[in-house]
Amino acid sequence: MSDRRAEREAAKRRRERRGLTIASISTVIVLGGIAALILTSPGWPLVRDQFFSWQEFKDTFPDIAKAFWLDVRVFCIVEVAVLILGLAVALVRLTTGPAVFPFRLLATTFTDVFRGIPTVLLVYLIGFGVPALTVASEDGSTPLSWLPTEPVVLGGIALTLSYSAYVAEVYRAGINSVHRGQRDAGLAVGLTEAQTLRHVIVPQAVRNVGPPLLNDFIALQKDVALIAIIGVTGEAFRQAQIAASTDFNYTPMVAAALLYLCVTIPMARLLELWERRRGRVGLGGQAR
Amino acid sequence: MSDPVLQTSGVTKSFGELEVLHGIDLEVSEHQAVAVIGASGSGKSTLLRCIDLLVQIDDGDIFLDGEVITDPSVDPVAVRRKLALVFQAYNLFPHLDVLSNVTLGITRAQGVARAQAEEIAAALLKRFGLEGRERDDPDRLSGGQQQRVAIARAFAARPRAMLLDEVTSALDPELVGEVLDAVRELKAEGVTMLLATHEMGFAREVADVVGYLHEGRLVEVGPPEQVLEDPQKPETKRFLRRLLAAGRA
Repeated sequence: MSDRRAEREAAKRRRERRGLTIASISTVIVLGGIAALILTSPGWPLVRDQFFSWQEFKDTFPDIAKAFWLDVRVFCIVEVAVLILGLAVALVRLTTGPAVFPFRLLATTFTDVFRGIPTVLLVYLIGFGVPALTVASEDGSTPLSWLPTEPVVLGGIALTLSYSAYVAEVYRAGINSVHRGQRDAGLAVGLTEAQTLRHVIVPQAVRNVGPPLLNDFIALQKDVALIAIIGVTGEAFRQAQIAASTDFNYTPMVAAALLYLCVTIPMARLLELWERRRGRVGLGGQAR
Repeated sequence: MSDPVLQTSGVTKSFGELEVLHGIDLEVSEHQAVAVIGASGSGKSTLLRCIDLLVQIDDGDIFLDGEVITDPSVDPVAVRRKLALVFQAYNLFPHLDVLSNVTLGITRAQGVARAQAEEIAAALLKRFGLEGRERDDPDRLSGGQQQRVAIARAFAARPRAMLLDEVTSALDPELVGEVLDAVRELKAEGVTMLLATHEMGFAREVADVVGYLHEGRLVEVGPPEQVLEDPQKPETKRFLRRLLAAGRA
Protein backbone atom coordinates (compact mmCIF):
# COMPACT_ATOMS: atom_id res chain seq x y z
CA MET A 1 0.00 0.00 0.00
CA SER A 2 1.34 3.41 -0.91
CA ASP A 3 1.90 6.03 1.76
CA ARG A 4 -0.72 8.35 0.29
CA ARG A 5 -3.31 5.61 0.44
CA ALA A 6 -2.43 4.67 4.03
CA GLU A 7 -2.60 8.32 4.97
CA ARG A 8 -6.08 8.72 3.42
CA GLU A 9 -7.39 5.59 5.07
CA ALA A 10 -6.09 6.63 8.47
CA ALA A 11 -7.75 10.03 8.03
CA LYS A 12 -11.00 8.32 7.05
CA ARG A 13 -10.86 6.11 10.16
CA ARG A 14 -10.21 9.15 12.35
CA ARG A 15 -13.21 10.91 10.84
CA GLU A 16 -15.42 7.89 11.43
CA ARG A 17 -14.31 7.48 15.04
CA ARG A 18 -14.89 11.15 15.71
CA GLY A 19 -18.39 10.97 14.16
CA LEU A 20 -19.30 8.02 16.32
CA THR A 21 -18.15 9.75 19.50
CA ILE A 22 -20.09 12.91 18.72
CA ALA A 23 -23.25 10.93 17.90
CA SER A 24 -23.02 9.00 21.20
CA ILE A 25 -22.49 12.08 23.32
CA SER A 26 -25.26 14.00 21.61
CA THR A 27 -27.69 11.10 22.00
CA VAL A 28 -26.97 10.75 25.72
CA ILE A 29 -27.40 14.47 26.29
CA VAL A 30 -30.62 14.88 24.28
CA LEU A 31 -32.43 11.69 25.29
CA GLY A 32 -31.15 11.87 28.88
CA GLY A 33 -32.30 15.48 29.06
CA ILE A 34 -35.78 14.64 27.83
CA ALA A 35 -36.05 11.70 30.26
CA ALA A 36 -34.85 13.80 33.18
CA LEU A 37 -37.28 16.57 32.28
CA ILE A 38 -40.21 14.16 32.21
CA LEU A 39 -39.29 12.14 35.29
CA THR A 40 -38.69 15.22 37.47
CA SER A 41 -41.78 17.11 36.38
CA PRO A 42 -44.47 17.43 39.07
CA GLY A 43 -47.11 15.68 36.92
CA TRP A 44 -45.05 12.56 36.21
CA PRO A 45 -46.29 10.37 39.11
CA LEU A 46 -49.88 10.96 37.93
CA VAL A 47 -49.07 9.99 34.37
CA ARG A 48 -47.08 6.99 35.52
CA ASP A 49 -49.89 5.65 37.66
CA GLN A 50 -52.50 6.28 34.97
CA PHE A 51 -50.69 4.67 32.00
CA PHE A 52 -47.72 2.71 33.28
CA SER A 53 -48.86 1.05 36.49
CA TRP A 54 -46.87 -2.14 36.87
CA GLN A 55 -49.42 -3.75 39.16
CA GLU A 56 -52.24 -2.98 36.77
CA PHE A 57 -50.18 -4.30 33.87
CA LYS A 58 -49.45 -7.56 35.67
CA ASP A 59 -53.11 -8.05 36.56
CA THR A 60 -54.59 -7.39 33.12
CA PHE A 61 -51.94 -8.38 30.59
CA PRO A 62 -52.65 -12.15 30.49
CA ASP A 63 -56.32 -11.61 29.58
CA ILE A 64 -55.49 -9.02 26.97
CA ALA A 65 -52.82 -11.22 25.41
CA LYS A 66 -55.31 -14.09 25.25
CA ALA A 67 -57.83 -11.75 23.60
CA PHE A 68 -55.19 -10.59 21.14
CA TRP A 69 -55.06 -14.11 19.77
CA LEU A 70 -58.59 -13.53 18.42
CA ASP A 71 -57.34 -10.38 16.65
CA VAL A 72 -54.60 -12.39 15.02
CA ARG A 73 -57.01 -15.06 13.82
CA VAL A 74 -59.50 -12.53 12.48
CA PHE A 75 -56.65 -10.75 10.74
CA CYS A 76 -55.40 -13.92 9.04
CA ILE A 77 -58.81 -14.99 7.78
CA VAL A 78 -59.80 -11.52 6.60
CA GLU A 79 -56.42 -11.06 4.91
CA VAL A 80 -56.84 -14.21 2.80
CA ALA A 81 -60.38 -13.18 1.86
CA VAL A 82 -59.17 -9.68 0.95
CA LEU A 83 -56.37 -11.00 -1.27
CA ILE A 84 -58.84 -13.15 -3.22
CA LEU A 85 -61.74 -10.71 -3.44
CA GLY A 86 -59.43 -7.78 -4.22
CA LEU A 87 -57.81 -9.65 -7.11
CA ALA A 88 -61.20 -10.69 -8.48
CA VAL A 89 -62.46 -7.10 -8.41
CA ALA A 90 -59.26 -5.81 -10.03
CA LEU A 91 -59.43 -8.39 -12.83
CA VAL A 92 -63.07 -7.64 -13.55
CA ARG A 93 -62.28 -3.94 -13.74
CA LEU A 94 -59.58 -4.63 -16.32
CA THR A 95 -61.76 -6.68 -18.68
CA THR A 96 -62.84 -5.08 -21.93
CA GLY A 97 -65.52 -7.41 -23.35
CA PRO A 98 -68.99 -5.91 -23.85
CA ALA A 99 -70.70 -8.89 -22.18
CA VAL A 100 -68.85 -8.22 -18.92
CA PHE A 101 -69.93 -4.58 -18.84
CA PRO A 102 -72.41 -4.96 -15.93
CA PHE A 103 -69.77 -6.75 -13.87
CA ARG A 104 -67.27 -4.04 -14.69
CA LEU A 105 -69.80 -1.47 -13.52
CA LEU A 106 -70.38 -3.43 -10.30
CA ALA A 107 -66.66 -3.77 -9.64
CA THR A 108 -66.10 -0.04 -10.16
CA THR A 109 -69.02 0.78 -7.87
CA PHE A 110 -67.68 -1.67 -5.30
CA THR A 111 -64.29 0.04 -5.08
CA ASP A 112 -65.80 3.53 -5.13
CA VAL A 113 -68.34 2.80 -2.40
CA PHE A 114 -66.33 0.68 0.02
CA ARG A 115 -63.22 2.79 -0.30
CA GLY A 116 -65.28 5.90 0.27
CA ILE A 117 -67.02 4.81 3.47
CA PRO A 118 -65.19 5.12 6.80
CA THR A 119 -64.31 1.61 7.92
CA VAL A 120 -65.70 2.26 11.38
CA LEU A 121 -69.06 3.22 9.84
CA LEU A 122 -69.11 0.09 7.71
CA VAL A 123 -68.35 -2.12 10.72
CA TYR A 124 -71.17 -0.43 12.61
CA LEU A 125 -73.60 -0.66 9.68
CA ILE A 126 -73.04 -4.36 9.05
CA GLY A 127 -72.42 -5.38 12.66
CA PHE A 128 -75.67 -3.90 13.93
CA GLY A 129 -77.69 -3.67 10.71
CA VAL A 130 -77.53 -7.25 9.55
CA PRO A 131 -78.67 -8.85 12.85
CA ALA A 132 -81.66 -6.46 12.77
CA LEU A 133 -82.74 -8.11 9.50
CA THR A 134 -83.00 -11.51 11.08
CA VAL A 135 -85.74 -10.62 13.54
CA ALA A 136 -89.34 -11.31 12.54
CA SER A 137 -91.06 -8.82 10.24
CA GLU A 138 -94.55 -7.45 10.98
CA ASP A 139 -96.36 -10.57 9.74
CA GLY A 140 -94.17 -12.77 11.91
CA SER A 141 -92.16 -14.37 9.09
CA THR A 142 -88.37 -14.42 9.17
CA PRO A 143 -87.23 -14.52 5.52
CA LEU A 144 -83.70 -13.39 6.39
CA SER A 145 -83.13 -15.51 9.46
CA TRP A 146 -80.29 -17.33 7.66
CA LEU A 147 -78.06 -14.28 7.82
CA PRO A 148 -75.12 -14.51 10.22
CA THR A 149 -75.51 -12.66 13.50
CA GLU A 150 -72.15 -13.48 15.11
CA PRO A 151 -70.52 -10.06 15.67
CA VAL A 152 -67.06 -11.41 14.89
CA VAL A 153 -68.25 -12.80 11.54
CA LEU A 154 -70.05 -9.58 10.63
CA GLY A 155 -67.07 -7.50 11.67
CA GLY A 156 -64.85 -9.71 9.52
CA ILE A 157 -67.19 -9.22 6.56
CA ALA A 158 -67.13 -5.44 7.00
CA LEU A 159 -63.33 -5.38 7.15
CA THR A 160 -63.12 -7.65 4.11
CA LEU A 161 -65.35 -5.34 2.05
CA SER A 162 -63.45 -2.24 3.06
CA TYR A 163 -59.96 -3.63 2.54
CA SER A 164 -60.81 -5.51 -0.66
CA ALA A 165 -61.68 -2.16 -2.23
CA TYR A 166 -58.23 -0.79 -1.33
CA VAL A 167 -56.36 -3.93 -2.30
CA ALA A 168 -58.22 -4.15 -5.64
CA GLU A 169 -56.82 -0.74 -6.53
CA VAL A 170 -53.33 -1.82 -5.48
CA TYR A 171 -53.58 -4.89 -7.71
CA ARG A 172 -54.92 -2.78 -10.57
CA ALA A 173 -51.99 -0.41 -10.30
CA GLY A 174 -49.68 -3.44 -10.24
CA ILE A 175 -51.21 -4.93 -13.36
CA ASN A 176 -50.97 -1.60 -15.18
CA SER A 177 -47.32 -1.32 -14.13
CA VAL A 178 -46.34 -4.48 -16.03
CA HIS A 179 -44.67 -3.47 -19.28
CA ARG A 180 -46.80 -3.78 -22.42
CA GLY A 181 -44.10 -5.89 -24.02
CA GLN A 182 -44.92 -8.64 -21.54
CA ARG A 183 -48.43 -8.99 -22.88
CA ASP A 184 -47.05 -9.04 -26.43
CA ALA A 185 -44.52 -11.70 -25.45
CA GLY A 186 -47.18 -13.86 -23.81
CA LEU A 187 -49.41 -13.66 -26.86
CA ALA A 188 -46.47 -14.18 -29.22
CA VAL A 189 -45.58 -17.54 -27.64
CA GLY A 190 -49.16 -18.60 -28.31
CA LEU A 191 -50.88 -18.00 -24.99
CA THR A 192 -54.49 -16.82 -24.93
CA GLU A 193 -55.34 -13.46 -23.32
CA ALA A 194 -56.46 -15.27 -20.15
CA GLN A 195 -53.33 -17.44 -20.02
CA THR A 196 -51.17 -14.36 -20.54
CA LEU A 197 -52.91 -12.67 -17.64
CA ARG A 198 -52.54 -15.69 -15.38
CA HIS A 199 -49.00 -16.81 -16.19
CA VAL A 200 -47.33 -13.57 -17.24
CA ILE A 201 -49.08 -10.42 -16.04
CA VAL A 202 -50.55 -11.24 -12.61
CA PRO A 203 -47.41 -12.90 -11.16
CA GLN A 204 -45.37 -9.83 -12.09
CA ALA A 205 -48.09 -7.46 -10.89
CA VAL A 206 -48.18 -9.13 -7.46
CA ARG A 207 -44.41 -8.95 -7.26
CA ASN A 208 -44.48 -5.26 -8.14
CA VAL A 209 -47.04 -4.36 -5.49
CA GLY A 210 -45.69 -6.48 -2.63
CA PRO A 211 -44.67 -3.49 -0.49
CA PRO A 212 -47.96 -1.53 -0.86
CA LEU A 213 -49.90 -4.75 -0.21
CA LEU A 214 -47.94 -5.33 2.99
CA ASN A 215 -48.65 -1.73 3.94
CA ASP A 216 -52.37 -2.45 3.70
CA PHE A 217 -51.88 -5.60 5.81
CA ILE A 218 -50.42 -3.47 8.60
CA ALA A 219 -53.38 -1.10 8.43
CA LEU A 220 -55.77 -4.05 8.51
CA GLN A 221 -54.04 -5.58 11.52
CA LYS A 222 -54.73 -2.37 13.44
CA ASP A 223 -58.28 -1.98 12.18
CA VAL A 224 -59.26 -5.40 13.49
CA ALA A 225 -59.68 -3.49 16.78
CA LEU A 226 -62.71 -1.79 15.22
CA ILE A 227 -64.80 -4.92 15.70
CA ALA A 228 -64.75 -4.11 19.41
CA ILE A 229 -67.39 -1.45 18.80
CA ILE A 230 -70.00 -4.01 17.74
CA GLY A 231 -69.49 -5.96 20.93
CA VAL A 232 -67.08 -8.68 19.91
CA THR A 233 -66.00 -10.04 23.25
CA GLY A 234 -62.57 -11.47 23.79
CA GLU A 235 -60.93 -9.04 21.37
CA ALA A 236 -57.82 -7.23 22.64
CA PHE A 237 -59.06 -3.63 22.48
CA ARG A 238 -62.44 -4.65 23.95
CA GLN A 239 -60.67 -6.57 26.70
CA ALA A 240 -58.53 -3.55 27.48
CA GLN A 241 -61.65 -1.37 27.55
CA ILE A 242 -63.27 -3.67 30.08
CA ALA A 243 -60.16 -3.76 32.23
CA ALA A 244 -59.76 0.00 32.10
CA SER A 245 -63.40 0.70 32.92
CA THR A 246 -63.24 -0.93 36.34
CA ASP A 247 -60.85 1.60 37.87
CA PHE A 248 -60.27 4.22 35.15
CA ASN A 249 -56.65 3.21 34.90
CA TYR A 250 -55.47 3.14 31.28
CA THR A 251 -52.51 0.84 31.65
CA PRO A 252 -54.50 -2.02 30.00
CA MET A 253 -54.81 0.16 26.87
CA VAL A 254 -51.06 0.63 26.82
CA ALA A 255 -50.69 -3.13 27.19
CA ALA A 256 -52.97 -3.70 24.19
CA ALA A 257 -51.06 -1.08 22.21
CA LEU A 258 -47.83 -2.95 22.95
CA LEU A 259 -49.32 -6.14 21.55
CA TYR A 260 -50.28 -4.40 18.32
CA LEU A 261 -46.79 -2.95 18.04
CA CYS A 262 -45.33 -6.43 18.50
CA VAL A 263 -46.98 -7.40 15.22
CA THR A 264 -46.94 -4.18 13.22
CA ILE A 265 -43.32 -3.16 13.84
CA PRO A 266 -41.85 -6.45 12.55
CA MET A 267 -44.19 -6.16 9.54
CA ALA A 268 -42.93 -2.65 8.85
CA ARG A 269 -39.30 -3.83 9.05
CA LEU A 270 -40.13 -6.71 6.71
CA LEU A 271 -41.66 -4.19 4.32
CA GLU A 272 -38.50 -2.08 4.35
CA LEU A 273 -36.33 -5.13 3.77
CA TRP A 274 -38.50 -6.14 0.83
CA GLU A 275 -38.39 -2.67 -0.68
CA ARG A 276 -34.62 -2.50 -0.35
CA ARG A 277 -34.22 -5.87 -2.02
CA ARG A 278 -36.60 -4.92 -4.82
CA GLY A 279 -34.74 -1.67 -5.31
CA ARG A 280 -31.52 -3.53 -5.90
CA VAL A 281 -33.14 -5.98 -8.31
CA GLY A 282 -34.78 -3.09 -10.13
CA LEU A 283 -31.44 -1.50 -10.91
CA GLY A 284 -30.05 -4.68 -12.39
CA GLY A 285 -33.10 -5.45 -14.43
CA GLN A 286 -33.77 -2.35 -16.46
CA ALA A 287 -33.37 -3.72 -19.96
CA ARG A 288 -36.62 -5.49 -20.49
CA MET B 1 -44.99 -24.01 -57.27
CA SER B 2 -46.47 -24.19 -53.81
CA ASP B 3 -47.83 -21.21 -51.87
CA PRO B 4 -45.35 -18.97 -50.09
CA VAL B 5 -45.29 -19.54 -46.31
CA LEU B 6 -46.06 -15.89 -45.69
CA GLN B 7 -47.64 -13.43 -48.02
CA THR B 8 -48.84 -9.89 -47.44
CA SER B 9 -51.10 -8.28 -49.98
CA GLY B 10 -51.77 -4.56 -49.93
CA VAL B 11 -51.25 -4.37 -46.15
CA THR B 12 -52.09 -0.91 -44.89
CA LYS B 13 -52.03 0.33 -41.31
CA SER B 14 -52.51 3.74 -39.75
CA PHE B 15 -52.16 4.91 -36.17
CA GLY B 16 -54.53 7.84 -36.04
CA GLU B 17 -53.51 10.25 -38.79
CA LEU B 18 -50.16 8.58 -39.31
CA GLU B 19 -50.08 5.98 -42.08
CA VAL B 20 -47.37 3.55 -41.00
CA LEU B 21 -47.75 0.93 -43.72
CA HIS B 22 -49.05 1.55 -47.21
CA GLY B 23 -49.96 -1.30 -49.56
CA ILE B 24 -47.23 -3.73 -48.57
CA ASP B 25 -46.86 -6.71 -50.92
CA LEU B 26 -44.27 -9.19 -49.75
CA GLU B 27 -43.69 -12.94 -49.99
CA VAL B 28 -41.58 -15.30 -47.94
CA SER B 29 -41.19 -18.77 -49.41
CA GLU B 30 -40.31 -21.94 -47.54
CA HIS B 31 -36.71 -21.95 -46.19
CA GLN B 32 -36.27 -18.38 -47.36
CA ALA B 33 -34.96 -15.50 -45.28
CA VAL B 34 -36.36 -12.13 -46.21
CA ALA B 35 -34.83 -9.02 -44.66
CA VAL B 36 -36.70 -5.76 -44.44
CA ILE B 37 -34.37 -2.81 -44.07
CA GLY B 38 -35.19 0.83 -43.52
CA ALA B 39 -34.70 3.75 -41.20
CA SER B 40 -36.17 3.86 -37.69
CA GLY B 41 -39.86 4.59 -37.92
CA SER B 42 -40.16 3.25 -41.46
CA GLY B 43 -42.71 0.66 -40.30
CA LYS B 44 -40.57 -2.47 -40.08
CA SER B 45 -41.65 -3.40 -36.55
CA THR B 46 -45.27 -2.63 -37.28
CA LEU B 47 -45.20 -4.94 -40.29
CA LEU B 48 -43.95 -7.84 -38.15
CA ARG B 49 -46.46 -7.08 -35.40
CA CYS B 50 -49.25 -7.02 -37.98
CA ILE B 51 -48.21 -10.44 -39.29
CA ASP B 52 -48.20 -11.90 -35.75
CA LEU B 53 -51.66 -10.37 -35.30
CA LEU B 54 -50.57 -8.24 -32.34
CA VAL B 55 -51.79 -5.26 -34.37
CA GLN B 56 -54.89 -5.29 -36.53
CA ILE B 57 -54.37 -4.12 -40.11
CA ASP B 58 -56.72 -1.63 -41.74
CA ASP B 59 -56.64 -2.88 -45.33
CA GLY B 60 -55.24 -5.71 -47.39
CA ASP B 61 -54.70 -9.29 -46.26
CA ILE B 62 -52.02 -11.55 -44.86
CA PHE B 63 -51.74 -15.25 -45.77
CA LEU B 64 -50.02 -18.09 -43.94
CA ASP B 65 -49.51 -21.16 -46.10
CA GLY B 66 -52.03 -19.79 -48.57
CA GLU B 67 -54.75 -19.24 -45.98
CA VAL B 68 -55.92 -15.80 -45.02
CA ILE B 69 -55.17 -15.00 -41.35
CA THR B 70 -56.51 -11.45 -41.26
CA ASP B 71 -60.17 -12.40 -41.62
CA PRO B 72 -62.24 -11.56 -38.52
CA SER B 73 -63.36 -15.20 -38.34
CA VAL B 74 -59.78 -16.43 -37.84
CA ASP B 75 -58.69 -17.14 -34.26
CA PRO B 76 -55.51 -15.08 -33.75
CA VAL B 77 -54.28 -17.44 -31.02
CA ALA B 78 -54.21 -20.38 -33.46
CA VAL B 79 -52.21 -18.25 -35.93
CA ARG B 80 -49.72 -17.05 -33.31
CA ARG B 81 -49.11 -20.64 -32.29
CA LYS B 82 -47.75 -21.28 -35.80
CA LEU B 83 -45.59 -18.16 -35.89
CA ALA B 84 -42.86 -16.85 -33.62
CA LEU B 85 -41.87 -13.27 -32.97
CA VAL B 86 -38.58 -12.21 -31.41
CA PHE B 87 -38.60 -8.70 -29.99
CA GLN B 88 -35.99 -5.99 -30.16
CA ALA B 89 -36.07 -5.62 -26.35
CA TYR B 90 -36.15 -9.44 -25.78
CA ASN B 91 -39.28 -9.18 -23.58
CA LEU B 92 -38.26 -12.18 -21.51
CA PHE B 93 -40.52 -13.03 -18.59
CA PRO B 94 -38.57 -11.56 -15.63
CA HIS B 95 -40.46 -13.64 -13.04
CA LEU B 96 -39.46 -16.95 -14.62
CA ASP B 97 -36.04 -18.54 -14.87
CA VAL B 98 -34.38 -19.05 -18.24
CA LEU B 99 -35.66 -22.60 -18.71
CA SER B 100 -39.25 -21.67 -17.82
CA ASN B 101 -39.11 -18.75 -20.24
CA VAL B 102 -38.66 -21.32 -22.98
CA THR B 103 -41.11 -23.91 -21.67
CA LEU B 104 -44.05 -21.64 -20.81
CA GLY B 105 -45.25 -21.33 -24.40
CA ILE B 106 -44.79 -24.93 -25.43
CA THR B 107 -46.44 -26.36 -22.32
CA ARG B 108 -49.37 -23.93 -22.11
CA ALA B 109 -49.97 -23.16 -25.78
CA GLN B 110 -48.72 -26.25 -27.61
CA GLY B 111 -49.71 -28.80 -24.96
CA VAL B 112 -46.27 -30.39 -24.66
CA ALA B 113 -45.80 -32.33 -21.40
CA ARG B 114 -43.60 -30.57 -18.86
CA ALA B 115 -40.79 -33.14 -18.81
CA GLN B 116 -40.58 -33.23 -22.57
CA ALA B 117 -40.77 -29.43 -22.80
CA GLU B 118 -37.86 -29.13 -20.39
CA GLU B 119 -35.83 -31.51 -22.50
CA ILE B 120 -36.57 -29.52 -25.64
CA ALA B 121 -35.74 -26.27 -23.89
CA ALA B 122 -32.50 -27.54 -22.35
CA ALA B 123 -31.34 -28.87 -25.72
CA LEU B 124 -32.11 -25.57 -27.44
CA LEU B 125 -30.41 -23.50 -24.75
CA LYS B 126 -27.35 -25.69 -25.07
CA ARG B 127 -27.36 -25.17 -28.81
CA PHE B 128 -27.42 -21.42 -28.37
CA GLY B 129 -24.53 -21.55 -25.90
CA LEU B 130 -26.55 -21.13 -22.70
CA GLU B 131 -25.85 -24.43 -21.00
CA GLY B 132 -25.72 -24.05 -17.22
CA ARG B 133 -27.85 -20.88 -17.21
CA GLU B 134 -31.20 -22.73 -17.13
CA ARG B 135 -32.02 -21.80 -13.53
CA ASP B 136 -30.82 -18.20 -13.68
CA ASP B 137 -33.15 -15.23 -13.69
CA PRO B 138 -33.11 -13.46 -17.05
CA ASP B 139 -31.82 -10.20 -15.59
CA ARG B 140 -28.61 -11.92 -14.52
CA LEU B 141 -27.77 -12.50 -18.18
CA SER B 142 -26.10 -10.14 -20.62
CA GLY B 143 -28.22 -8.60 -23.37
CA GLY B 144 -26.79 -11.00 -25.93
CA GLN B 145 -27.58 -13.99 -23.72
CA GLN B 146 -31.09 -12.69 -23.08
CA GLN B 147 -31.75 -12.32 -26.76
CA ARG B 148 -30.51 -15.85 -27.39
CA VAL B 149 -32.94 -17.10 -24.74
CA ALA B 150 -35.67 -15.16 -26.55
CA ILE B 151 -34.71 -16.83 -29.82
CA ALA B 152 -34.78 -20.26 -28.14
CA ARG B 153 -38.19 -19.42 -26.65
CA ALA B 154 -39.54 -18.46 -30.06
CA PHE B 155 -38.01 -21.43 -31.87
CA ALA B 156 -39.05 -24.05 -29.27
CA ALA B 157 -42.46 -24.56 -30.86
CA ARG B 158 -40.92 -25.14 -34.32
CA PRO B 159 -42.87 -22.30 -35.93
CA ARG B 160 -43.77 -22.22 -39.62
CA ALA B 161 -41.98 -18.90 -39.84
CA MET B 162 -39.95 -16.75 -37.47
CA LEU B 163 -40.34 -13.00 -37.32
CA LEU B 164 -37.21 -11.29 -36.01
CA ASP B 165 -37.69 -7.66 -35.07
CA GLU B 166 -34.35 -5.81 -34.92
CA VAL B 167 -32.95 -8.49 -32.67
CA THR B 168 -29.56 -6.81 -32.31
CA SER B 169 -30.57 -3.15 -32.03
CA ALA B 170 -30.72 -3.06 -28.24
CA LEU B 171 -27.33 -4.71 -27.84
CA ASP B 172 -23.88 -3.35 -27.12
CA PRO B 173 -21.74 -3.75 -30.26
CA GLU B 174 -19.60 -6.54 -28.82
CA LEU B 175 -22.69 -8.65 -28.14
CA VAL B 176 -24.18 -8.43 -31.64
CA GLY B 177 -22.08 -11.25 -33.06
CA GLU B 178 -23.31 -13.98 -30.70
CA VAL B 179 -26.94 -13.20 -31.51
CA LEU B 180 -26.27 -13.12 -35.24
CA ASP B 181 -24.64 -16.55 -34.85
CA ALA B 182 -27.88 -17.87 -33.41
CA VAL B 183 -29.81 -16.48 -36.39
CA ARG B 184 -27.26 -18.01 -38.78
CA GLU B 185 -27.93 -21.36 -37.11
CA LEU B 186 -31.62 -21.02 -37.76
CA LYS B 187 -30.96 -20.07 -41.36
CA ALA B 188 -28.66 -23.06 -41.80
CA GLU B 189 -31.43 -25.28 -40.56
CA GLY B 190 -33.72 -23.90 -43.24
CA VAL B 191 -36.03 -21.96 -40.95
CA THR B 192 -38.32 -19.64 -42.87
CA MET B 193 -37.84 -16.13 -41.55
CA LEU B 194 -38.74 -12.54 -42.01
CA LEU B 195 -36.39 -10.15 -40.30
CA ALA B 196 -36.33 -6.45 -39.76
CA THR B 197 -32.74 -5.33 -39.42
CA HIS B 198 -30.26 -2.52 -39.35
CA GLU B 199 -27.31 -4.80 -39.98
CA MET B 200 -26.58 -4.43 -43.68
CA GLY B 201 -23.67 -6.85 -43.68
CA PHE B 202 -25.81 -9.42 -42.00
CA ALA B 203 -28.73 -8.87 -44.38
CA ARG B 204 -26.34 -9.36 -47.29
CA GLU B 205 -25.08 -12.59 -45.75
CA VAL B 206 -28.25 -14.40 -44.64
CA ALA B 207 -31.08 -12.89 -46.64
CA ASP B 208 -32.26 -14.38 -49.89
CA VAL B 209 -34.39 -11.34 -50.52
CA VAL B 210 -34.05 -7.79 -49.21
CA GLY B 211 -36.83 -5.25 -49.19
CA TYR B 212 -36.30 -1.56 -48.53
CA LEU B 213 -39.11 0.04 -46.56
CA HIS B 214 -39.34 3.81 -46.80
CA GLU B 215 -42.07 5.80 -45.05
CA GLY B 216 -44.44 2.83 -45.01
CA ARG B 217 -43.87 1.80 -48.62
CA LEU B 218 -41.80 -1.09 -49.89
CA VAL B 219 -39.88 0.83 -52.53
CA GLU B 220 -37.48 -1.86 -53.67
CA VAL B 221 -37.43 -5.64 -53.34
CA GLY B 222 -34.83 -7.99 -54.76
CA PRO B 223 -31.79 -10.17 -54.11
CA PRO B 224 -29.38 -8.58 -51.61
CA GLU B 225 -26.60 -8.02 -54.13
CA GLN B 226 -28.98 -5.92 -56.21
CA VAL B 227 -30.79 -3.94 -53.50
CA LEU B 228 -27.69 -3.37 -51.38
CA GLU B 229 -24.98 -3.04 -54.06
CA ASP B 230 -26.82 -1.61 -57.00
CA PRO B 231 -30.06 -0.04 -55.83
CA GLN B 232 -32.37 1.32 -58.52
CA LYS B 233 -34.53 3.72 -56.52
CA PRO B 234 -33.25 7.11 -55.35
CA GLU B 235 -34.65 6.55 -51.82
CA THR B 236 -32.67 3.33 -51.44
CA LYS B 237 -29.51 5.00 -52.76
CA ARG B 238 -29.88 7.84 -50.29
CA PHE B 239 -30.47 5.47 -47.37
CA LEU B 240 -27.45 3.32 -48.18
CA ARG B 241 -25.25 6.35 -48.71
CA ARG B 242 -26.22 7.66 -45.28
CA LEU B 243 -25.50 4.28 -43.68
CA LEU B 244 -22.15 4.12 -45.40
CA ALA B 245 -21.29 7.58 -44.13
CA ALA B 246 -22.22 6.47 -40.61
CA GLY B 247 -20.00 3.42 -41.02
CA ARG B 248 -22.75 0.86 -40.61
CA ALA B 249 -22.93 -0.75 -44.04
